[in-house]
Amino acid sequence: MNLHEYQAKALLAGFHVPVATGLVINHPAQAADDQLPPSDSQRWVLKAQIHSGARGKAGGVLLADSPDDIRAKAAELLGKTLVTHQTGPTGLPVHQLLIEPASSISQELYLAMTIDRQLQRVVVIASRHGGMDIEQVSAEHPDAIFRLYINPTVGLMGYQARRLGFALGLSDTALKQFPALLRGVYDAFIKNDADLIEINPLAVTADNALLAVDAKIAIDGNAAYRQKALFATRDVTQEDPTEVAAQASGLNYISLTGEIACMVNGAGLAMATMDLIQSAGGSPANFLDVGGGTSTEKVAAAFKLILANPRVKAILVNIFGGIVRCDLIANGIIAAAHEVGLTLPTVVRLEGTNAAEGRRLLAESGLNLIAENDLAAAAARVVALSHTESVNGADA
Amino acid sequence: MSILVNQQTRVICQGFTGKQGTFHSEQAIAYGTNFVGGVTPGKGGQSHLDRPVFDNVHDAVQQTAATASMIYVPAPFAADAILEAADAGIEVIACITEGIPVLDMLNVKAVLASDYPDVRLIGPNCPGLITPGECKIGIMPGAIHLAGRIGIVSRSGTLTYEAVAQTTAVGLGQSTCVGIGGDPIHGMDFIDCLTLFADDPQTEAVIMVGEIGGAAEEEAAHFIKEQFNKPVVAYIAGATAPTGKRMGHAGAVIAGGRGSAEDKFRALKAAGVHIVRDPTTMGRTMAELLGSKNA
Repeated sequence: MNLHEYQAKALLAGFHVPVATGLVINHPAQAADDQLPPSDSQRWVLKAQIHSGARGKAGGVLLADSPDDIRAKAAELLGKTLVTHQTGPTGLPVHQLLIEPASSISQELYLAMTIDRQLQRVVVIASRHGGMDIEQVSAEHPDAIFRLYINPTVGLMGYQARRLGFALGLSDTALKQFPALLRGVYDAFIKNDADLIEINPLAVTADNALLAVDAKIAIDGNAAYRQKALFATRDVTQEDPTEVAAQASGLNYISLTGEIACMVNGAGLAMATMDLIQSAGGSPANFLDVGGGTSTEKVAAAFKLILANPRVKAILVNIFGGIVRCDLIANGIIAAAHEVGLTLPTVVRLEGTNAAEGRRLLAESGLNLIAENDLAAAAARVVALSHTESVNGADA
Repeated sequence: MSILVNQQTRVICQGFTGKQGTFHSEQAIAYGTNFVGGVTPGKGGQSHLDRPVFDNVHDAVQQTAATASMIYVPAPFAADAILEAADAGIEVIACITEGIPVLDMLNVKAVLASDYPDVRLIGPNCPGLITPGECKIGIMPGAIHLAGRIGIVSRSGTLTYEAVAQTTAVGLGQSTCVGIGGDPIHGMDFIDCLTLFADDPQTEAVIMVGEIGGAAEEEAAHFIKEQFNKPVVAYIAGATAPTGKRMGHAGAVIAGGRGSAEDKFRALKAAGVHIVRDPTTMGRTMAELLGSKNA
């Protein structure tokens, strides 16, 4: 789960990481003169709160030089939809703005903490080159990226933080500040089950102090049970509504752009099914893992999600029965198909215990369900059917 | 021969009397696994599925000489269950549980590395492992397996079953199948399994099933090129997966321009692995490969 910048900063501030005092608004009127954070320079920055980076290029970060200017620009930004290279073409809606005093920055650094899968450690990634994507940093300045790995038994050590401070070229106040800042980020990471904390840029201000100018935090979804307060702040307006609805039904759904929907048990098999649809000349409309149990309720919920997508022309259901008998799964599919009034051509591939009986039930159901036992044949069939449907326009 | 588990392996279940533990323990017993008991704190002294229940793993090991455990306890308690098994002297731990916080696994791995370096952890978020006809530890359907010649190692549960069903269909069968799990931090990896398969005379060749995310397949490719001499067929799921999205498994995400299926296919191909882009051809490709090798 991603946090907004203002949420990330509030969290980090709780661990003594220096951030600017900001104001969060969802209406221009909330930016009243007496509410605005003071700015010596009489310059403020307005930042759209969306779950994406690269907001600046998309027009989501604006400068203002008076309270009236702030309110005018807030009116312009709020309610807008921003499209960045991370959001996809649909973009994300701006419901909240963070207003901060503009700071005078002498240097921009990059600092992040995440989990290194290979070394199985929390890793700190830092660079003297901040304010750009880390991908860009690693492409343009590969030698200028520092990494340090934290042993969970002892946590972040003082020497590690000091060494990194020197490596980043900090001096005086900033150098003295850095170990406590890094300790704060590490504690925030561990106590909140973060997947990622990225401070980019971490600024050195004109008076040589450190300041987290932007912050991004992602929290491990598996830790939701013990991070209830954080998960209560989840902003679902920043997520794909179909994916949110799927989660509520215990399904794992990801929207794609094609025309052939698929419903599969198991994440790996679901990806493999998408790959097969593509290599058979089709294009997958979604990733959908219905998980182990495959009850009638789950299958019905899955069909509803699929049918809500107007682009879908045909459906491929691919279930490897495993321990659950295929005749039971077939009955579940038939009941769910009746429940949702399924009319789109649907190819069902059932494999596992009692697969033959399952296929017989599907064939005799009187529904538009085509049973296949071979997965490659099923993929070819569903692609052919999707083409027929688009020619006939019979999917009404 | 086989790897990790066989007819002699004495298996217990942690989370024995729960719904999942009960169901899959029944299945394991029905398969013929040497299943000696289970653990549910507070239910020690009872009997369940005609097997003794113990309050803790130490008691179970002391009284049954168990050497392997399958874990079905809920995610919040799974890290504790893994380390309890390790501390009690269990050698092979298969953690089926999904949804364990990644920081829990980080800590578990650090403790295993320092205090219990010989323990073999499989998973979490995995189907478990099976030596066909001998020992089934996990949630895989026993009936599709056939004792035989191919070692299978996979990050995905249902794709493991595909590889199993296909190698059974062509008559090759399996030596041992290990589902290493879909989480970013997990126990045994491809290289650990390949190392064991290399020394197992029953295993003539290996099917490796990977997926997007991380670099485990690339590392395995390097290992295969340097020191693995048996034929390997590999499939990677997720060629059509979009960047930055987690595809069901916590570990299946292309991030920062790395971890794509194409990168993995390329690395494996360069290592001499027989890659298949169509997952329905894993068994057939292996049969052709071994056929031509024998001829």
